[in-house]
Amino acid sequence: MLPITGRMVSAEDLLDPGMDFATKKRLGSIALEAATDAGASYADARIGRYLNQFITAQETRIDNIVNTESAGIGVRVIADGTWGFAATSDVTPDGIAATARKAVAVAKANAKFQTSPVRLAPVKGVGDVQWRTPIKKNSFEVPIVDKVDLLMEVNNAAMENGASFINSVLFQVNEKKFFASTDGSFIDQDVHRLWAPFFATAVGKDGFKTRTSLGNPVGMGYEYLDGDAAEQIRVAGANTGYRYSYDMVGDARDAGRQLQAKLEARSVEPGKYDLVLDPHHLMLTIHESVGHPLELDRVLGYEANYAGTSFATLDKWRSGKFQYGADIVNLFADKTQKHSLGYVEYDDEGVKTREWDLVKDGILVNYQAIRDQVHMIDQDESHGCCYSQSWADVQFQRMPNVSLRPSKEDLSADDIIADVENGIYIVGRGSFSIDQQRYNFQFGGQLFYEIKDGKITEQIEDVAYQSNTQEFWNSCVAMAGPSDYRLGGSFFDGKGQPAQVSAVSHGCPTTRFNQVNVINTARKVG
Amino acid sequence: MAIMTEKQARELLARVLELSEADECECNLAGSNEGNIRYALNTVTTSGEVSDVTLAVQSSYGKRTGAATINEFDDDSLERVVRRSEELARLAPENPEWMPPLGPQEYKATPTWSEATANVTPEQRARVAEASISPSKKEDLVAAGFLDDTEAFIAIMNSKDLFAYNLRTECNFVATIRTADGTGSGWVSRDYNNIAKLDSGAATQVAIRKSLGSRDAKAMEPGRYTVILEPAASGTLLGNMLNSMDQRTADEGRSFLSRKGQDDKPPPEDAPHNRAGEKLFDERVTIYSDPTHPDVPTPAFAADGHAVDRTVWIENGVVKVLPNTRYWADKTGVPYRPIAFTGGGFFGGGVPFIMEGGKRSLEEMIADTRRGVLVTRTWYIRPVDPQTQLYTGLTRDGTFYIEDGEIKYPIKNFRFNESPIVMLNNIEELGKPVRIDGNMVPPMKIRDFTFSSLSDAV
Repeated sequence: MLPITGRMVSAEDLLDPGMDFATKKRLGSIALEAATDAGASYADARIGRYLNQFITAQETRIDNIVNTESAGIGVRVIADGTWGFAATSDVTPDGIAATARKAVAVAKANAKFQTSPVRLAPVKGVGDVQWRTPIKKNSFEVPIVDKVDLLMEVNNAAMENGASFINSVLFQVNEKKFFASTDGSFIDQDVHRLWAPFFATAVGKDGFKTRTSLGNPVGMGYEYLDGDAAEQIRVAGANTGYRYSYDMVGDARDAGRQLQAKLEARSVEPGKYDLVLDPHHLMLTIHESVGHPLELDRVLGYEANYAGTSFATLDKWRSGKFQYGADIVNLFADKTQKHSLGYVEYDDEGVKTREWDLVKDGILVNYQAIRDQVHMIDQDESHGCCYSQSWADVQFQRMPNVSLRPSKEDLSADDIIADVENGIYIVGRGSFSIDQQRYNFQFGGQLFYEIKDGKITEQIEDVAYQSNTQEFWNSCVAMAGPSDYRLGGSFFDGKGQPAQVSAVSHGCPTTRFNQVNVINTARKVG
Repeated sequence: MAIMTEKQARELLARVLELSEADECECNLAGSNEGNIRYALNTVTTSGEVSDVTLAVQSSYGKRTGAATINEFDDDSLERVVRRSEELARLAPENPEWMPPLGPQEYKATPTWSEATANVTPEQRARVAEASISPSKKEDLVAAGFLDDTEAFIAIMNSKDLFAYNLRTECNFVATIRTADGTGSGWVSRDYNNIAKLDSGAATQVAIRKSLGSRDAKAMEPGRYTVILEPAASGTLLGNMLNSMDQRTADEGRSFLSRKGQDDKPPPEDAPHNRAGEKLFDERVTIYSDPTHPDVPTPAFAADGHAVDRTVWIENGVVKVLPNTRYWADKTGVPYRPIAFTGGGFFGGGVPFIMEGGKRSLEEMIADTRRGVLVTRTWYIRPVDPQTQLYTGLTRDGTFYIEDGEIKYPIKNFRFNESPIVMLNNIEELGKPVRIDGNMVPPMKIRDFTFSSLSDAV
């Protein structure tokens, strides 16, 4: 289900800059002072204005145009060694002060159950800071009629080329968030994200096939949809991939044609294959098998009742020898990659973002942790990956961008395929499922191509692969280079109770894994 | 004030309609008070309360519609939201599928509200958590859990004099109890309209037993097994299948209920091409929705205000009727079969369902099983092929081998690749239904359930 919160507003309201920095600083300071006066030893306040525009189109008609806005303040405090949080949409001085006092009261009430006091890694206040996602074209400034025309063109392109049905969507997000803390930071950030997916179906005489879009959700403005040909990567005999610019109409055209090929495609013979995974596919495998298991709160058991725990336990990390993947596997985390969904200057507890290694030369070397967690892994500096989906929700550890470093040699996807004797090239994210400790997984895809003697021969169907995280990453034998590196991502990654969503990117090049178990997913029923 | 009485809601919505200058106007008013507490590692981690109330106004000029929402209810705000929706309606393209508002409806009374749930205090939530943490600690186990309670109302009024109102409460309790060394894990969930029915201590004992009993699990070869699926193990699979029964997608050739193979082209848009009337499941399968069911009541109206009554989707294995939209029902000349409004969100809620079963308990079903696998719950279920309703997922938090009517030993978790269509044709026995996630689901003994690989996860 889509997480739409907030009230609906007009398109013009989405361009209203809202409160100025000085006003936010004054209101934020009221929260900090009220919290401190009530007994907090630490406090932070987040004044947020979250703007969304979603446009959905079905075949030849526009289904819905929704503009939403949600604004308010969330105050988080430590009192009696315990966290407390409260939020309100009443951003008057009185409303803010009352909310700060409520947060302190919650902290004091919960202190009865606290087994050990919160320990915060130190952060030096940075004073007044302003930052904005480096966009070229603000999505909210683009007339709605242009967006409607684009989606209609996309739908027509798919249907003229073989799709029977298509649903296309434009998600545009702008988080305007101001952070103030008793550490002396007043950080104003204006964050933009965009996602333009479609879902196409072709009906044939024996059933139907589906194909989703191959564009990526990005931390960019509307310029991502310019369709710059220089940002396209073509793989001989197969698909077109997209780096930092997306040709949505071209992708829809391809989808129509590929759907017709899917209806006629041969079903895969199950067995062991060398897999060549396209970045738009591999990003999700990274997300599930590396991103989630290395979240420290999962490792420690805080997510046991919902998402689960992790196989990547502290003893494995402490050994310094845990072979997460093959020697050539280097996985890193950051919230600093340009165009990524996670890109910000400071996280939601005022920590400057940075890059760090998770798996280095195949060895597990670190986790993802925030200010109140890093002491548990003998570190004294937060990794800067704290996030809240809105002013109304408390911030907590969320996955930063987690990415696979490309090979130093600048190999292309075609070069990787050329070395494979008997394999399958998988493109796009399909069905995905992984166990609660992130050992056993099964992934499908959108497009599957047989590789024989270094060449793509034909499109095939009904492919899914099953593996175990450690076995899978240790079967990695080759990857393409920096020119092939692409960012994929998840716009709505869920975690926590009550659940919160966040957007996260995963970069990687086309990568090869040897002798992976492929199953055939075709069944006969009814 | 997040919760409004029927009288307050009616008066407010009448004020909104008086302001309308559009051809037609429909308004929804919804509010809720939600409280929660979360614990992990035997300690409370977060707790909170959130209140919200929102008015949505949809105005129409011909087939052009516009919607706007607001959470302030003074006269100026109401005027603003009505005018904004009218401005948007004038600018909107015509929606060829627009349907005029419904006239007045008659609704059955449904027992969705309980005073106990409406009056939950933070202290009560803390006691619920404590009653789960304490016994776990005593057994040297590690408890993690979540309690969420809600009181909510929804009111609908339109320019054709329709008015609908429902006040409901719900609570959901879920706990995962793990052994300190991580070799065992048990789970339990309970959900009710009336929180007085919740005994988190007793529920936690179920999870404690499963946690202690699941230590040192043995590996069994993947393959096809007779399984006993507890309601939490099959509920999501059944719900996914029911939510894929929409008439339009079936008629358009993109559903497991589409007719196929009769010609080499997609069926024409104007002819129903679905499999309603066909026997697709074992004759013991009967699944229906009923807003007045005492254990799983829902509002007796759909999101557009249309009255909702008992609707049988599958009877004795035969697909009887398919849920549809008013537009599609009108276009294809079949009765409108809406689903009850249960909250939902942008894409609406799912089909609330009741699956009939037998009289025997889970324990009696186990006692009657020569060899089989008991599955506590399933997890991370994702569609693999919508055409065959093939899903993949994993067992979790208590999987056991049954032999000669007894649980012999815990076994490692499996990944499954299975379709509820196949499951519902391979029924050995259905037990007594219990409530799970707002639905009534029986424990099921199923033969030839497909486990495709082993998982090391505990």
